[in-house]
Amino acid sequence: MVLGRILKGLKKTREKLGSGLARLFGGGRKLDQDFLDELEEVLYTADLGPTGSDIVREIEVAWRKKKIADVDGVRGYLREALLARLAHSEGALRTSAQRPTVILVAGVNGSGKTTSIAKLAKHLKGRGDKVLLCASDTFRAAAVEQLALWASRIGCDIVKTATGADPAAVAFDATEAAIARGVDWLIVDTAGRLHTQKNLMRELDKIVRVIQKRLPDAPHETLLVLDATTGQNAIRQASEFNAVRPVTGLILAKLDGTAKGGAVFGIRRELEIPVKFVGLGEGIDDLEPFAAESFVDGVLGELGAERVSGS
Amino acid sequence: MALHGESTSATFPSMFDNLTSAFSKALDKLRGQKKLTEENMQEGLKAVRQALLEADVHFKVAKDFVARVRDKAVGLDLIQKVDPGQQFIKLFQDELTELMGPEAVSLPHSSSGPTIVMMAGLQGSGKTTTCAKLAQLMRKRKKKRCLLVAADLQRPAAVDQLQALGKQLGIDVYAEGTDKRPPEVCKRGIEHAKKLGHDFVILDTAGRLHIDDALMRELEQIASECKPTAVVLVCDAMLGQDAVNSAKEFHARLPLSGVILTKLDGDTRGGAAMSVKAVTGCPVLFVGVGEKVEDLEEFHPDRMADRILGMGDVTSLVERAQEVMDEKEAEKAAKKMLKGRFTFEDFLKQLRMIQKLGSMKKVLGMLPGVGQAIKDIDIDDKHFGRIEAMILSMTPRERRNPDLIDTNRRRRIAKGSGNDVQAVHGLIKQFKQMQKMFGKLGKGGSLPPGFGGTPTKGGFRQPPKGSFPGGLGGMPPQWRRYEPAHGRLDTISPALPAFAWNASAVMAMLVPSSGDANDFGDPTWSS
Repeated sequence: MVLGRILKGLKKTREKLGSGLARLFGGGRKLDQDFLDELEEVLYTADLGPTGSDIVREIEVAWRKKKIADVDGVRGYLREALLARLAHSEGALRTSAQRPTVILVAGVNGSGKTTSIAKLAKHLKGRGDKVLLCASDTFRAAAVEQLALWASRIGCDIVKTATGADPAAVAFDATEAAIARGVDWLIVDTAGRLHTQKNLMRELDKIVRVIQKRLPDAPHETLLVLDATTGQNAIRQASEFNAVRPVTGLILAKLDGTAKGGAVFGIRRELEIPVKFVGLGEGIDDLEPFAAESFVDGVLGELGAERVSGS
Repeated sequence: MALHGESTSATFPSMFDNLTSAFSKALDKLRGQKKLTEENMQEGLKAVRQALLEADVHFKVAKDFVARVRDKAVGLDLIQKVDPGQQFIKLFQDELTELMGPEAVSLPHSSSGPTIVMMAGLQGSGKTTTCAKLAQLMRKRKKKRCLLVAADLQRPAAVDQLQALGKQLGIDVYAEGTDKRPPEVCKRGIEHAKKLGHDFVILDTAGRLHIDDALMRELEQIASECKPTAVVLVCDAMLGQDAVNSAKEFHARLPLSGVILTKLDGDTRGGAAMSVKAVTGCPVLFVGVGEKVEDLEEFHPDRMADRILGMGDVTSLVERAQEVMDEKEAEKAAKKMLKGRFTFEDFLKQLRMIQKLGSMKKVLGMLPGVGQAIKDIDIDDKHFGRIEAMILSMTPRERRNPDLIDTNRRRRIAKGSGNDVQAVHGLIKQFKQMQKMFGKLGKGGSLPPGFGGTPTKGGFRQPPKGSFPGGLGGMPPQWRRYEPAHGRLDTISPALPAFAWNASAVMAMLVPSSGDANDFGDPTWSS
């Protein structure tokens, strides 16, 4: 069950952040300036950035106007405020009217692209769909081998060439193969690139143009993989990638650590990009559709009454 | 240099934009003050704290840092005649250096037997790439015989990746099948090194979460069984607030010698760098600053502080410059520039010298105040090639006397260099302007606004009149931006002024003369 898995993945997040918030909300605290300062600190350490300060300021105003009387009132307000900021942030994968649906996956180095692609392919294959992978990360040593290993584990086809080859050429071959074989999905892996490397960002654009030679409306999804442990820089990444190739969705990887992925709030502030999936571990099944409510509850550490602990 | 105009720094969102503007806000408040007090610093300090947080400095670290600066500043006796704002900056700089250092720390080496360095870190932090970079650095600088041990048996094809990197660089790699246990592989790798005479062994381990107890225990086992000379945590510079949590946990379980900070070449503000040392006490040893295998540098807290404060990293630049440039040539060229007797031949020499330093963006980024301004500009080093081709298509006489180059000659040069005539027009126009400007400077004339002047409140600081004829008389004006608080420029190296003038010439050719950001649409720049 989706909620259950996010619950599990966010368990540590919750223990960490939850402990901060639990300390705040638990011990019969009085609502005063000290309380609000501490709340701001806890939200900051969850990478919420200025969003946290904004919410605390709102709470402060509501408190002074006597709209919020106590700590319980703050908790309720906080949850609503976080949810409101994630309104319309959920979204299913888009599909093309005609096969194949092309998904381009991009991100900075080490964000978790290849692993996320493997999980995504497994997820789609589990629905009974035919999936083809394209190894367009021809830059990093053994990236092709990494994806090929995943492909054989999942049991799906892959189009690849040697490291150092032109990534756009591989993408073109893969597009042709996807059409010829009548697959449902073509997932294109790309090399990690820092969003500040303009020439590499242009290469991304070239890959798209080449795919479009055969499928003018592709890619139907451009997914940006973000590392949940990234701080405020995630916002820059999202906006820079979005400027080169309109990003249609985010995959928030590595949410199984103690990081809270709070940068998502900052991204939502600036860009209307939905979060499509969250990555919750190294296992091939550790990918789940994003659910705003579970995410916020996980961040707040309030899932269920029981405190998950241990294992 | 157009880059230094105030308008440009406002136009380009910068790496430390907020931090820089927070500082200037703080400084504005301090103008004309005789003393630094809690009151007159309050607003500025708050802005600074905010900016540090936006740079991903850990909340507590930022809080403590600001408190410490405030306490020190209140007790500070301002030196007469020196701008209080400048002294405030100096204080920040010192505190930043203190926080991240204060001294550069080097990797421990073994006195007997091979030095064994064990790498650890979260997934995707850049361990495998860093292993290769470190091996390359040790081989080149310390003449070490390196062995890479592939002990990441978790991530598919991680072993292949290390082997491919080793092959590429000609560095030996020890690998076994992925069905083995990492501690065993490491031990056998070290035995292998001892047998074959490698004196520097790097253990590449799998990325893992700090809360994954089983995998953390595996690291502890490797550390206790292999007795590495150093255990290094590889840390992504883009990490957010959680950086300190993971670093703390790794530190608690492993005898960490230090940290390597990766991906610092992005626009990350590097807040993690400031926090990790503060929270764990582990020094940053190296920083990864690019995709290439050479792009690993020793970490210098004072230089990082300069970068954070928008002061560039002149020290590193000079060190590199000294490796590649001919000091006498540079000085000769600089003197010619200032006498207005500068030719395309001289320029070609300068161009080639600067090119040897690395990519133009990197070089420019190390100059005071320039890094932020050009962050978002795409500097294509191919333009160097184009300029070079045009100059090489000129006859020696033309190079010495650009006035000779009429329309026909321009057409020939364009054809010969594979450019259009417009590009040749642009080059010659730019060159003449530059010649004129530096000639004027040499005579102690004044700089056009936005062209090399140092932006100050009251306009542009001008070089002292008549200080150039005969000798170089110091640094080009834009390099003096942070003097006197940052008055090291002239003292770093006697060769610096000559180099600076040469670099200025190349930059002047690349950056059109007006201070308007829109002018970066010139053929030599594309964004």
